[in-house]
Amino acid sequence: MKPVTPASGKKSPPDMQLTTQRYKRIATWLLIVIVLVLCSIQTKVTPYQLIVGLPQMGSLLQEMIPPDWSYVPTIWGPMLETIQIAIVGTTLGGIIAVPVALLCAYNIMPNKLVSIPMRIVLNLVRTVPDLLFASIFVAIFGIGPFAGMLALVFFSFGIIAKLTFEAIEAIDPGPLEAMTAVGASRMQVIIFGVVPQALPYFISYFLYTFEVNIRAASVLGLVGAGGIGLLLDRSLGLFRYDRASMIILLTLVIVLVIDYGSTRIRRKLL
Amino acid sequence: MIQFNNVSKTYPNGTIGLRNINLTIEEGELVVIVGSSGAGKSTLLRSINRLHDITDGEIQVDGKSITRANDRELRRMRRDIGMIFQSFNLIKRNTVLNNVLSGRVAYHSTLRTMFGMFPREDIELSLHALERVNIREKAYIRADQLSGGQQQRVSIARALAQEAKIILADEPVASLDPLTTRQVMDDLQRINQDMKITTIINLHFIDLAREYATRIIGLRAGEVVFDGPPEEATDEVFAEIYGRSIRHDEMLGGEV
Amino acid sequence: MRGTTSYKPMGARIRFWVIAIVILAIYYWAFQGMHFEGIQATTKSVSLSILDGFLHPDWAYVYIPEGEDLLRGLLDTLIISILGTFVSAFLCIPFAFWASTNMSKRIAVSGSGKAVLSFIRVFPEIIVAILFIKAVGPGAFAGVLALGIHSIGMLAKLYSETIESIDSGPQEALIASGANRLQVLRYAVLPQVIPQFLSYSLYRFEINIRSATTLGLVGAGGIGTPLIFALQVRNWNRVGVILLGIVVLIILTDLISGWLRKRII
Repeated sequence: MKPVTPASGKKSPPDMQLTTQRYKRIATWLLIVIVLVLCSIQTKVTPYQLIVGLPQMGSLLQEMIPPDWSYVPTIWGPMLETIQIAIVGTTLGGIIAVPVALLCAYNIMPNKLVSIPMRIVLNLVRTVPDLLFASIFVAIFGIGPFAGMLALVFFSFGIIAKLTFEAIEAIDPGPLEAMTAVGASRMQVIIFGVVPQALPYFISYFLYTFEVNIRAASVLGLVGAGGIGLLLDRSLGLFRYDRASMIILLTLVIVLVIDYGSTRIRRKLL
Repeated sequence: MIQFNNVSKTYPNGTIGLRNINLTIEEGELVVIVGSSGAGKSTLLRSINRLHDITDGEIQVDGKSITRANDRELRRMRRDIGMIFQSFNLIKRNTVLNNVLSGRVAYHSTLRTMFGMFPREDIELSLHALERVNIREKAYIRADQLSGGQQQRVSIARALAQEAKIILADEPVASLDPLTTRQVMDDLQRINQDMKITTIINLHFIDLAREYATRIIGLRAGEVVFDGPPEEATDEVFAEIYGRSIRHDEMLGGEV
Repeated sequence: MRGTTSYKPMGARIRFWVIAIVILAIYYWAFQGMHFEGIQATTKSVSLSILDGFLHPDWAYVYIPEGEDLLRGLLDTLIISILGTFVSAFLCIPFAFWASTNMSKRIAVSGSGKAVLSFIRVFPEIIVAILFIKAVGPGAFAGVLALGIHSIGMLAKLYSETIESIDSGPQEALIASGANRLQVLRYAVLPQVIPQFLSYSLYRFEINIRSATTLGLVGAGGIGTPLIFALQVRNWNRVGVILLGIVVLIILTDLISGWLRKRII
């Protein structure tokens, strides 16, 4: 076998492997480049657009600064509503998540006829994005925070149930076995064996979901589901970018404060 | 030739690593450095290629001062010094050949190495190096699929592919079992004898030191307390180096 | 506070009740804000027509030769998330090295990097999308930019955690053989982190495809655009088929990406 490149005349059997390796690598890169090029052709997303768009972004930023501070009293109410939506949505979602998480966990519900369908339902719920839920509930219940709250109930239910059932499956089986051995009923095992072990995780996931939901609630208004998003939509529609930036700023502050508090509590728990 | 002139090292926290070391290591020697842990073996070894900076004195490698070299000169000098580590320090996910080839990067421009395109001669050289340690057939296998002894041989091959004139081995057999320990030590010895590569090895096994070294240097609290041929390194000498009698775990056992 | 230690049980009890009352007050306040006006007259009929629409999806919409159909919408969504993930997977690399404690000597460097990343993460991506829509006009491009920029926050954090967890041995070996900083990066750091980087990028891709479906609701391209139109005109059959399409797309990409992630690690 001759080496592919003429650099050396020595006989070297592993050359084949080396060249196929090299070809494979080149082929992978080519494939990636082709996919990217096809993608950008299909959607007409090109670096050219970025160059054209950059100055526009600059002028947008210019219009956003300084924020309209006088707008704060107007947005304070909807901002509080956003927090209310997140609190109620997360709480109700969390409450529904508890029985579902128990039913999904193989170590609590060994009957796969129950746990597997539960998991499928859970996964289906998790595929639907929060704004989609919100749009549908707005259509049913009309514009307002109630629709947004319902959207977050489903959304947080999906997250909390998933994380919690995984935590339940990971708990130490020792205490459960001991209790079953002394004749405790399944309900007693859950209350005295599972809950104490899984509760810190549950609360931690609950708070985490609350952090996610504060962000989500701030944009629900874009589809009419209450909260600060409605005003953001309106000020953007009226090209009042100074007001929009004020809204974004306040949202960031609220998100940061809640993240900070929640993270501190979560650290204490785990 | 490696020369230590009044070399001292004090750590920022005040601990003394090395104390006024004066040594000359000739070309082709197989020096084994012994001493209890914390005696400064590793510091001494790593000061040769300046992985550790010394605080006083000078180290010369082949007549050039490595302690005063600038970044560029330092890299150039390190290129000629291969190093073997206790934990092999291979990229576990990469193939054996790629690991050996990584010893060649200092020979090429940064741009060229960024694309990972090594010239054919480098590949030949690396395969040849693997042949020297008898694992050429493993060239295209991922490094983490080899046994510990084989992985250490890969790192020896890396030093060979580097065309090093000096090999530093920092506890090369400490994480190997007795059988593979001997194989790796045999490899190091053979390379030292066949290719006249100056080899400096840190060991904590006394019997291995006696068996393989052409010269033993004993360190205690950062000072050279023994320097001589293995025949002179009696049990009493070792007891003095260690400051106590020899313990069972300092002997590898088996044939001596 | 006098005698705190001796009255500890008392103090704990007071603390418990204070917390309980605060929480109750918060909930009272929060539920007040929901303005639930009871079941409206229209609710029942609307729900029924939605149910009917979901049970009879508009299959004709799946493929329309002239364009603007479900498949093309889903394809656009997929592409937006691929490009967005790709952009962030590269953009976040410098951020990741910036935020890694083992890549810089001073803690202030990595600390500032971590702060920047938290700042990026705070922005909801829909808001990022809206800003880009205002800047570059509605369409897929705004969506790609929104995903690309927003994902940096999370990806760079995960990347930097990977960088912080690598074995420093190979770096030492490369330095000892005379390699310069870039060569050490290329031959000792990158080989250790690239598989994990890829895995995290795929994970982020799974998140991005979910986001990409909603980006269209605010005008950033993809399947969300026809969805919002169908919602506005209450064409529930079409909403049903689009939802179905989204669910199928997400499940499929999750499966493929999960399989790829298993192969990489």
